[in-house]
Amino acid sequence: MSGAVGREAVFPTRQSLGLMKNKLKGAEIGHTLLKRKSEALTKRFRDITRRIDEAKQKMGRVMQIAAFSLAEVSYAVGGDIGYQIQESAKQARFRVRAKQENVSGVLLPTFESYTQDGVNDFGLTGLGKGGQQIQRCRETYARAVETLVELASLQTAFLILDEVIKVVNRRVNAIEHVIIPRTENTIKYINSELDELDREEFYRLKKVSGKKQRDVAAADAEILAARQKAAEEQAAHPEAVEKEEKETKDVLGEDEDNDVIF
Amino acid sequence: MAASAATYKDRQFLAVIGDEDSVTGLLLAGIGHVTEPPESQRNFLVVDSKTETSEIERAFQNFTQERKDIAVLLINQHIAERIRHSVDTFTDPFPAVLEIPSKDHPYDPEKDSVLKRVRRLFGE
Repeated sequence: MSGAVGREAVFPTRQSLGLMKNKLKGAEIGHTLLKRKSEALTKRFRDITRRIDEAKQKMGRVMQIAAFSLAEVSYAVGGDIGYQIQESAKQARFRVRAKQENVSGVLLPTFESYTQDGVNDFGLTGLGKGGQQIQRCRETYARAVETLVELASLQTAFLILDEVIKVVNRRVNAIEHVIIPRTENTIKYINSELDELDREEFYRLKKVSGKKQRDVAAADAEILAARQKAAEEQAAHPEAVEKEEKETKDVLGEDEDNDVIF
Repeated sequence: MAASAATYKDRQFLAVIGDEDSVTGLLLAGIGHVTEPPESQRNFLVVDSKTETSEIERAFQNFTQERKDIAVLLINQHIAERIRHSVDTFTDPFPAVLEIPSKDHPYDPEKDSVLKRVRRLFGE
């Protein structure tokens, strides 16, 4: 596995070993951080999916109620008001604005619904009859749309989170399976090269000291030889020394002279 | 990817593609908007049995790709069924495409493109 990853193109020096070690440390920190980020996002993601599920169920109910109130309207008005409403729609009263929410560094937009005041396109709708039902229907639908907007923001968050989680997981895997093994490989390579250099150096030093020892031994032997030679020379002519010693005998010394008898 | 602020700041309207009752109800809630003339683009499309699929497709493309002021697109599920391919291939976060039930067609979670993705993600 790690053999396939290769290593980085660096010179095997102590400096780059330090750099690589730092890099490995950084990669490990980044890996744990990203892993944690991914976990946090996934937790949020599961939460959102659960809420989407719930909101979808709720939407079904709410829309059913809304459709029923619309049926009430057409019953009360006694005719189709669809066309009239479609034609009189001019300005949106019900609008959304997007806000941002920060989840572990990911900006998730959330929609927030608000009603634009002073806009009412249907002021005259249901003037003749069914005005009350129409009013109620509008309220019901406004609530339904609020639910829908909530669901839409959940869904948007779902899509964005999905994408972000994929990216983060890709990065986690890249660090785990490519960057860390490769850096480790590089460190191993640099270490082996440095060991090799160390061994060479050691061998060289050994050689040098061996040579020095030999030189010293040779010098010692020479001195010894010289001394021996000197000693031998001394041994060969001991009389000369003796004679000299005799010659230099103090005649006036303590040695008593033999009495001379005539 | 994480959308920058510019992509959704101007989005403030809801759009709807649906049958007459759904559209009427949603318009009553006040989501209807017609842009300034001369374009006078409506943000809703009423679909009945006579509406061509190509027209729905065009409206869908218009609401999702061309118009930059739509935050949420509501579409009846039975209409989404007719342009299922486009709905499924549209994966951008903006606008959020939401499938809603209609009066005649109750909501079926199995067909929803987002719920399908949810199910796929959890390996069901």
